[in-house]
Amino acid sequence: MGEVVKVGMADLNIAKPPQTIRTSGLGSCVGIILYDEKINISGMAHIMLPDSSYARAGLLNRAKYADTAINDLMDILSKEGVAKYRIKAKIAGGAQMFKFSSNNEAMRIGPRNVEAVKLILEKLKIPIVYEDVGGSSGRTIEFDPMTSLLEIRTVNKGVVQV
Amino acid sequence: MIDLSKIGPQYLDILREVGNIGAGNAATALSQMLNKTIDMNVPAVRVVPFKEIGDTVGGEETVVAAVFLLIEGDAPGNMFFMLPVNEASRFIQQLTGDPSIDFSDEPLNEMASSALNEVGNILAGSYLSALSDFTKLNLQPTPPAIAVDMTTAILSFGLVELSRAGDYAIVIDTEINEKNNDDTVRSKGHFFLLPDPESLNKILQALGVPLDG
Repeated sequence: MGEVVKVGMADLNIAKPPQTIRTSGLGSCVGIILYDEKINISGMAHIMLPDSSYARAGLLNRAKYADTAINDLMDILSKEGVAKYRIKAKIAGGAQMFKFSSNNEAMRIGPRNVEAVKLILEKLKIPIVYEDVGGSSGRTIEFDPMTSLLEIRTVNKGVVQV
Repeated sequence: MIDLSKIGPQYLDILREVGNIGAGNAATALSQMLNKTIDMNVPAVRVVPFKEIGDTVGGEETVVAAVFLLIEGDAPGNMFFMLPVNEASRFIQQLTGDPSIDFSDEPLNEMASSALNEVGNILAGSYLSALSDFTKLNLQPTPPAIAVDMTTAILSFGLVELSRAGDYAIVIDTEINEKNNDDTVRSKGHFFLLPDPESLNKILQALGVPLDG
């Protein structure tokens, strides 16, 4: 087994075989994997918010927002020789971790992250091959660019490979 | 807007002091509830980048039982109290006298959840009233909600508002020591105070330590 490339919260990176790429504990955040099956290169982003207009201060961590993160990941993958028309996506996350009686907007952030990610991928004409989104459980995901398999681990529900 | 990564150690010391007083109040309340001596203290207040936040509770995927409360009033924000799942089970077993309680069971035992909620409520209430006393700010916790899951998955939920302004959170470590007859059992409870970006400035100003920009 090769090295595991770790992607933190509000972070993104790419992996090539024999590496795999992994992000832990997706709650309301969404993990996006963009991959090219032909040349076996994959990228992963762990986004926290739907779009960069949510940013308040001047400093912008582009990996934190669905729009900027996906765009940046596409740029990096292009430089690695990935063909845009071959890119496919798998996504996971966007849970609602707590059930709250309050109507606070932040409580719906998981579903809104998922909507934003889907919209952006649709605009870019990137097909979503697999999605495991919503619910109320956290997820850890690991992608293998060699096999294009995504492993999803959920507390109390075990591990699936898709 | 405050850049949390540049916050000076003197400000963290003040937050730690407030935390210690809150922990003291919470320990008294818990000692009465459990009818044994519980000690609480705040060994550290740290500024932690989001990327590393999971490590503060022993790893990103450590399964924890967490109580989440929103802070409402003059300085809105989020609060979490979390314990590794085994320790939460042990703690609530003692509190309720029901040895069958296990937070890794699904669905969650209702009695266990409401007991843990109550503990979270007491802790949060104690912290907030200490902070209120010092700052004269009106701070009220919402009713608590509970989840058992991976640390990062839970925390990210509370980081949403904060993440609009930066990539750092303030973590108030809390140690809970339960004094038995012969030895002390140390629990790794973690308390996360995540004030909204503007709130931290308000809190620090009210404490008499305004930040410049």
